[in-house]
Order: sequence, then C-alpha cells, then structure tokens
Amino acid sequence: METVATKAPARGLWSGDEAVALAALDGGVALGTGYPGTPSTEILEAFSELGGRAQWAPNEKVALEVGLGAAFAGARVLVTMKHVGVNVAADPLFTAAYTGVDGALVLVSADDPGMASSQNEQDNRRYAIAAGVPMLEPASSQEAYDFTLAAFELSTRWKIPVILRMTTRVCHSKSVVRRRETPVPPAAPARFVRDIRGRVMVPAFARPAHRKLRQKLEEIRAWAETSPLNRIHEASLALGVVTAGVSFQHVREAAPEASVFKLGVVYPFPMESLRRFAAGVERCVVVEEGDPVLADAMRAAGISVESKAEMFRFGELTVERVRRILARDESPEAPPARQKPPELCDACPYHPVYGALQRMGCIVAGDIGCYTLGVMEPYQAMDTCVAMGASIGVGLGLRHVLPEVQARKVVSVIGDSTFIHSGLSGLVEMVYNPPATGHVLLVLDNGTTAMTGQQEHPGTGRTMTHDATGHVSIEGMARAAGVPNVDVVDPVKDPKGFEDLLARRLASNDLSVIVARRPCILAAADIRHFEKVNAEKAAQASSPCSACGSDDAV
Amino acid sequence: MRSRVVNVVFAGLGGQGVIKASDVLADAAFRTGLDVKKAEIHGMSQRGGSVTSDVRFGPEVHSPMIPDGHADFLVVLAPSQVENNLHQLRVGGVLFPPELVPESSLRNKRSLNVALLGALSVHLAIGEEHWQAALSDSLPERLLQVNLEAFEVGRAAERARAGGKGPHVHP
Repeated sequence: METVATKAPARGLWSGDEAVALAALDGGVALGTGYPGTPSTEILEAFSELGGRAQWAPNEKVALEVGLGAAFAGARVLVTMKHVGVNVAADPLFTAAYTGVDGALVLVSADDPGMASSQNEQDNRRYAIAAGVPMLEPASSQEAYDFTLAAFELSTRWKIPVILRMTTRVCHSKSVVRRRETPVPPAAPARFVRDIRGRVMVPAFARPAHRKLRQKLEEIRAWAETSPLNRIHEASLALGVVTAGVSFQHVREAAPEASVFKLGVVYPFPMESLRRFAAGVERCVVVEEGDPVLADAMRAAGISVESKAEMFRFGELTVERVRRILARDESPEAPPARQKPPELCDACPYHPVYGALQRMGCIVAGDIGCYTLGVMEPYQAMDTCVAMGASIGVGLGLRHVLPEVQARKVVSVIGDSTFIHSGLSGLVEMVYNPPATGHVLLVLDNGTTAMTGQQEHPGTGRTMTHDATGHVSIEGMARAAGVPNVDVVDPVKDPKGFEDLLARRLASNDLSVIVARRPCILAAADIRHFEKVNAEKAAQASSPCSACGSDDAV
Repeated sequence: MRSRVVNVVFAGLGGQGVIKASDVLADAAFRTGLDVKKAEIHGMSQRGGSVTSDVRFGPEVHSPMIPDGHADFLVVLAPSQVENNLHQLRVGGVLFPPELVPESSLRNKRSLNVALLGALSVHLAIGEEHWQAALSDSLPERLLQVNLEAFEVGRAAERARAGGKGPHVHP
C-alpha cells in the first residue's frame, strides 16, 4: 500500500492529514492519541505508519486526558478528533487551558462544513474562544505541515494547549509539501515535577489560573499581530478580503485582484493588524466558511466590515460562492446535482437486523456508524440519531413517557465501537432508572469501527497496529452492570432465532441486551488474518525455547 | 481568459476506484514538476454512494475544488453517474464515459478506472515514464500487469474514438 513513508522524503504530494502526521514525526511527538472520525482519522494512521507511537482511545475525552497527562510530564503530544469529538473532550479541554502543559499539546479539530460525513456542521473556532486556547488554521497541506510544527512551538513557548483547526477540504485534499530539512530538537526526557497549585483545579487554585490564562492569551495576541503565520497579500486598494483556511484558496482564484489578509492564527484575533488592513482598503469583506465568527469579532471591535449573506453559512464555500459573496449576489443557487446516497453493503450482516426491526414496527433510537444507514430505503428502520451513544438515553426517555403499547416497541441500536465510546454510561442509566416496560439494547457488533475505515477499538482486543491487547467484552460489561438478560446471536446464521429472541425480549418487562455479532463483510478477511498472526505470536511466545531458538528441548 | 490549470473530474460509485484513479493522475502530474491539488469527499459516501474526485494541475493551483463548468475532462466509471456530473464539464470539454472501454476488452473489469486513465492520457502532456511510475507506486505488484494492459486498452480506445485528434492540453 502506498503510504507517506514510501514517498519521496523531501517533497511529496500529501493530504492535509498526512502532512500533520509528518509534522508530528519531524516535531518529535512522543504520543499520538485520538478517536477515529472523518475527516481526522488518517492523521494517527499515517503517524503510526511513519513509525510514530499512536493509539486509539475509547473516546475523545479519554484521548485528551491521556494526552494531557503525558504533556504534564513534559512530552509533546498530538490528540486528534473530528469536530463533534471536541464536544466529548470539551470538559477536560476547558480546564486544561487553566492548567496548561509542561511539554506541548496540540489538539486537531477536524471540522466538516457541508457535513460530508457528520451529523452537524458546528464551527469549532468557537471552542478556541470559549475555552481560551490559541487556534491555528491551515489552508493547504504545506500549511498543515508548517502550522502543526508552529502549534507545537506555540504550545511549548506559552505552556498552553493549542488547537489546530482543519476542515474536510484541507484534511482530504492532496497538495505539494516540502518537508523541513532539520528536524526539531527532541524534548527533554519526561519527568514528573510536582505543581499542585498549577494542576489541581480546586477553586482556590483555579481562580489565579484563570487570570494567568487571560494574561497568556493577551501575550499571544500581541505576538499574533506580527506573526508570519498571518499573511497579507497586497494588491488592489479597492477591495480587501479577510479570510482563513481553505477559503483563502477560493478567494485567490475568485478575486486575484483583491488584497487579502489571510489569518493563520485564527484565535486570539490579531485585531490591531486587522483594523489597519480594513482601514487601508475601500471595501473590506470577511470571507469565512460556517459561522460569521471573524466578522462578528471585528465588528465588536468597532471595525466596519462586510460579511457574507446568511445563505452562505450553510455548506462549504467554493470559488463560485466566493464570487457571489464578493458580488453581493443573493439570488438562489442551483440545487446540487443528484447524488446516489450511500447504502448498507449488499452482504452487510445488518440486513437481517433491520429487516426484523422493520417487520416488528419497532421505534428505533439509533446511533452513529455504518448502521445509521438502516434509516435508508428499503428499511427506514431508524427514528432518531443525534450523538455518539445517544441511542441508549434517548430510547430510555421514550420508554419512560410513551403509552405502554408504544413504549414496548422502543429499541436502542448501537454499534460496537460506539458502545465502547459512550454507551457505557447509558448502560448504567438503564440499570439504575429502568422504565416500567424494561428496555432492549441491541448492540450491532461487526468487530470493527467500520464507517471510518475499519479501525480497531477496545472491543476487538487489538491495538491500532492490530497487535493483541486487553479485550473489553461487550456482553461482559452488560452482565457486570446488572442487566438480567444478555444474549449473543449471529443475525446472519440464525435470522429467525434473532427475530424470535427480539420479540420475546420486547414482550417482557425486563432489561435486555442483545449483542448481534457478525464481522463486517469488508473487514472479515483482515480480522481472520490478524487473529491468525496474533495466535501464532502467542504460541511462539509461550513455547519454552523461543528465547534462544534452540530445538534441543523437544 | 482561461488559466493554464488543467481540471479533471473523476466520478463513479463507492468501491469503483474513483479515488485510486485520481491519485494516480495527481501523482503522475506531480512527477512532471507541476503544482497539483486533488480534492475529494470520502467517508460515508463510500458505502456505495456517489463519489467524485477533482484533480487540478498547472504552474500554480489555488482552490483544490474545480468550479462547476470548468472541468476540461470528465472521467465517469458508472453509467448512472454521467448525467448528474455533466454540469462540471466546460464547453468543449471531453467526456470519458464508462462504455468507452467495454468490459469485454479488459482482462479484469475492475481495471476500468485505469483503462479510462489510459484514454485520458492521450490528451495530456504527461510523459510515459511518469504514468508508469505513478501506476507502479500505487498498485500492488500482483495487479500491476493487468492494469498496465488496461491502460493501453484505454489509450487505444481513445485513439480510435478521437481519430488521434482530440484536444491536447499543455499546462
């Protein structure tokens, strides 16, 4: 397989994700951790392929906490996730801004404007403002490489976590990258230095920590005013555009005549430089994808700028849309070309599951993964899908208040990786506050994180690199939590048995967990291969003479 | 006043090798020393849904996405995906529909993506050695020979269609 590592080392055609991984390698990152999520997944995969130490965490919150611990000990750490993953990691993030770090910590937030593969198009620039952490935003693979290294420098210098905000087009587009000739000197060896006031955020210590954070942000703003990460392309005085990220590329193509202020540091805002730029042009337009974050901030600072019409808040920007923004053209846009929607693979083991749910008229509280496609024709067998792990709480809520006839039809459906990610708390809630009609939780276990490209997770018992490690048993967790009925079935081998079992469990007032286990059709051959290799390794390790390779002991 | 950037859109369904084809073209163009950008959406769409990928190359490329109506070439791998992507082609642009290379002419029908690349190559100023290198770098060895053959089949099909004349694009 073609990987970053096999390409020319000095100059190559890399995706933004690969460029971040390469920078992590050249920047001496000791640990990469995260949870898979489009469009961020390839960063850690590429980092691992390049020889970096990378691991999947059960979810983004744990990933950030592991990263924070390593950074407290002086290491350089990369933590990756998609935009909605930052919601999961937000709790430690906001307080990590107070504690700061001893080594360096860069969190990649991969946003998905236009929702190519996401449930919302939230604009995570708002997280930088809300948590009070600096944010850099690259516009190309070269900048993804350069800004990752710059983010580590910034994090090291001010001892603060830094967010690198990517978007789908920067993550997944390939463009030319030139690598640094001299690698960054390694960090000092990890060591523990006690700093109770700095890291134990009880109110008495958190109050001064907050003041210190605001002081740091002011210093970083002053630095950002002249940072080379912000660039001004000087051209026409009639039109000035303020932009960042991939929108910069669209602006250069749509309006080559315009002067452009391109932000690399998107927070803290280099407001005085922006003020000077805006004052120096006749017309100043802010071109930004998503929410009007920058335009609102500039206006709040008393700078008069034009921003895009509301219709351009939705979806990605393109060269055509930027032309329209600059021409103040708000006429209706042509509807997007008809596309064939995605669907469950022909041989997907979930077909019999959704067939049964549809026939039985179930009310399905669904979740996030390939199996969300059960909502499409011919099944339309999913009624809610909100957030990772939400199927369980939502299903319970429905059961609590619906009339009994309907309550009995409610099933929570969640995938294996999603269950590990954030289904465990829902499982506990189910045992602690059971609805009067009981509840049925259906875990669709295809043995992989299928939708994002078949990543391992704690339930597979294999690490990111497919080596054997501790295995978390889904049915074991359900039994340990106190669920009375826990069954494991193969929905393909015994579809009738599966359907009968589901009917019985729905009719009872008990709590039930049914694990429908059958490997993903795309991953099955690989899974068999990994199992075989790991079994051979284990056999070798347990053989008495493996140490010296001698045959004498037979 | 057209820029000297060459714009190629690949379209098809998830699993057909749309992205692989665009990777090979981007790599071949990169090897000529030009600036190259390639954009696509992957993730949920790969589960059998529509997939497109944009490749742009020239002295300097800005946006990674090709504006509607600006594709010089449109390469389509699935018959159902021709109509809904025609709007991407510029006036005078060239369409490479899947039927340009009949399945029966390929030793492995999964090489259609590479066969259509061969057809496309007739119109591009990218040297033979760059195509060879890009193909051998992106394909496993056991599939290389059958794909090199497919590339030639596509070339021959396009030469027959264009009578050796079609528009040549020199970035």
